[in-house]
Amino acid sequence: MSEPISLSIDGANISARPGQTVLEAADDAGIYIPRLCFMKGLTPAGSCRVCTVRINGRPAAACTQPAAANMFVENDTDELRRLRRNVIDMLFVEGNHFCMICEKSGACELQALAYRFGITAPKYPYLFPKRSLDASHPSILIDRNRCILCSRCVRASQELDGKHVFDFVGRGHGKRLAVDAERGLSGTDATAGDKAMKACPTGSLLVKRIGFTVPIGRRLFDRDPIGSDVDKRPAGK
Amino acid sequence: MSTPRGPSVAAICESHRNDRFRLMNIVLDVQRSHGGIDGAALDAIAEALGIARVQVESVVSFYGFLTSRKTGTYVIRLCDDVVDELKGSPEIAAALQSELGIGFGETTEDGLFSLEHTSCIGMSDQAPAALVNDVVVTHLRPGAARELVRSLRVQEPRGDLRQLLNREYGDGNNAHERVRSMVVNNLRLPGKVIFAEMEPGAALRKALAVSPAEVIREIKTSRLRGRGGAGFPTGMKWEYTRAAKGAPRYVIANADEGEPGTFKDRVILTERPDLLFEGMTVGGYAVGADSGLLYLRAEYAYLREFLESVLEKRRQAGLLGKNVLGKAGFDFDIRIQMGAGAYICGEETALISSCEGLRGDPKTRPPFPVQEGYLGKPTSVNNIETLCCAARILEMGSGWFSAIGLQGSTGTKLLSISGDCTRPGVFEVPLGMSLRAVFTLCGAENPIAVQVGGPSGQMVGPADFDRALSFDDLSTGGAVTVFGPGRDVLAIASKFMAFFVHESCGFCTPCRVGNVLLKERLDKILDGCGDATDLDYLKELGDTVKTTSRCGLGQSSPHPVLSTLAKFRPEYERRLRVSSDGNNPRFDLEAALAKART
Repeated sequence: MSEPISLSIDGANISARPGQTVLEAADDAGIYIPRLCFMKGLTPAGSCRVCTVRINGRPAAACTQPAAANMFVENDTDELRRLRRNVIDMLFVEGNHFCMICEKSGACELQALAYRFGITAPKYPYLFPKRSLDASHPSILIDRNRCILCSRCVRASQELDGKHVFDFVGRGHGKRLAVDAERGLSGTDATAGDKAMKACPTGSLLVKRIGFTVPIGRRLFDRDPIGSDVDKRPAGK
Repeated sequence: MSTPRGPSVAAICESHRNDRFRLMNIVLDVQRSHGGIDGAALDAIAEALGIARVQVESVVSFYGFLTSRKTGTYVIRLCDDVVDELKGSPEIAAALQSELGIGFGETTEDGLFSLEHTSCIGMSDQAPAALVNDVVVTHLRPGAARELVRSLRVQEPRGDLRQLLNREYGDGNNAHERVRSMVVNNLRLPGKVIFAEMEPGAALRKALAVSPAEVIREIKTSRLRGRGGAGFPTGMKWEYTRAAKGAPRYVIANADEGEPGTFKDRVILTERPDLLFEGMTVGGYAVGADSGLLYLRAEYAYLREFLESVLEKRRQAGLLGKNVLGKAGFDFDIRIQMGAGAYICGEETALISSCEGLRGDPKTRPPFPVQEGYLGKPTSVNNIETLCCAARILEMGSGWFSAIGLQGSTGTKLLSISGDCTRPGVFEVPLGMSLRAVFTLCGAENPIAVQVGGPSGQMVGPADFDRALSFDDLSTGGAVTVFGPGRDVLAIASKFMAFFVHESCGFCTPCRVGNVLLKERLDKILDGCGDATDLDYLKELGDTVKTTSRCGLGQSSPHPVLSTLAKFRPEYERRLRVSSDGNNPRFDLEAALAKART
């Protein structure tokens, strides 16, 4: 078998297995690199850019970058915290996110990242896009106002469910999530049990009739900030 | 219901062997014969290819020249590039709208005309210009634009547009029977690398006389660097491709010159297609490929038939096909892949996606194309000018080539010069020439600013005019756009940002959102509502987009803002407002109250 790879992240020497990405190796070493479009078990996309690190000085997405020997990775630096914060800010103003009325509040990865980064209000102007809702399916709702185009549902449907329920249409600022039928989600073979329905990091893709079964205050990120499951370093660092 | 103008969707799919990797060709053909790709066509294509409908929709909705709406018989696409605007495209736009009675993005009720805007079509030296279907019309004037519409109204449908629209053909091969275009070359200064005479086969014979490794060594010795703008050493790219595991391998020639203000590839394709195909074949031999693709931008579709005829001639002459020039075991052929209106496809991994029948989204790197490119196989993607240089290096020798230009920037470079100058066109100059010398060549008097390398390059002012055009100083894919006295550099920068907003693929957050935000704040300053904090805001936002974007588009799209901030700061400062009442300067209390007072 191949030798483990040795690299450094913020001065700490860690080892990676061949084939691991920088993000996976960091996870195993208990170092949290913030991420949003990454989801365990899916091919990484590298689209949200929240996991941007510097490798030997050059910016790269940790979720797609294969770990290699003698990499010098910068992760938790002032510059990268600022850049990530800006990227998260962009996702907020790009859509229409109203946490106070969202079923996903407390379990939303975008919201949780905002808390982790100390964002109380975005510094960029809201773009207030006109986005559509798809409630045609009896048991699934798509609210595109909250979609951050991370492609997790797109990938999960293909890679985990063996379907092709979702894809993107349009480009640039006009890019949006589409489904595999002219008349909306009800025209597709999507079911509430699909793994894709659990892939959404925000409240854009919701299974109907389970709203607020877990009360606010007892949700995933209500007790511990996002990344706590990975981060094994002493608090305050 | 409309009557289809050609074969059924199923028949079109069948003619492409129902191959999902040929989806681009299929949707282009469907659009051509059905005037749009509607819901029924999406279903039919998906069924024939055995893919999801939403995959087809995803591709169709990505490209500027594809549409799900029914288009008119004649689609008029007016170029809305910066240079076209300086040369009067707004008046053309007004004339077309009033003559047609529709706005942009609309189709006339009789189904005859659709009117669209489009990004630079590679005609900045003969602006304002437009496309009518595949036919290019240049040097438009409002009267001529109205006349064009009137003549199309009385035209026999499906008649030869080229004959109708081009009363006078351009010079050189623009008048070739398979081109017949009014486009002119404006080849102002031919040099000895690209535009010297060439004899088909001359370079290839020399290449085939030595081993592929020796061909690569010759290219490396010449120190040839990629002409698309990035400047990667071509010999290394070929070496990596040859060394990569996997077969077959591919050579792709990138003729998707979408950088606004660039049009040198147009003249190569028109006047030196043999040199290009020779370079591709040499490259194929060097990397061990048996096929090549020429990715031709949709705007240059008017050259396709001509290029196909050149390929056919080369096949007949034994320069393509089985055992090229009698070299046993070396089979090589070339096919043309059409694009469909997307600047991003000039990025090499996006170009590969497009060749594979996908959205033009760039791919994750690593793996790099030289390792896993087209269809997952080792692929060398080269700019067509680079391939022409490679052919000439084999013909004339690396020493001959590297004696031209500078140590780190050998050879000549084609410049596409347009804007405020008396001699716009294509100039082949040795690398290392100063901007000031370029001004003399093109007749630019008292320029106040020059965009070097197009919107993704940089805007420079008089302090930089003695700098050299080379990979190590002012690097350029070839566009030099000159702006004379009275031009507003910030308004130009805003136009460029609009271009990037339009052309971002939307895959990654910073490019998809950040460019919109950059333009918003720049426009706020242009509106006279900016304050000093906006300059820091723009700098930080621009740096964020540049640093965190996934591909070269987003990594360079903030340049119009960042380079004008660096070089033309007084242009910003003179527009800033100091708020006297402590309110947001965008909010004018008196003006807001004035409405109520009247």
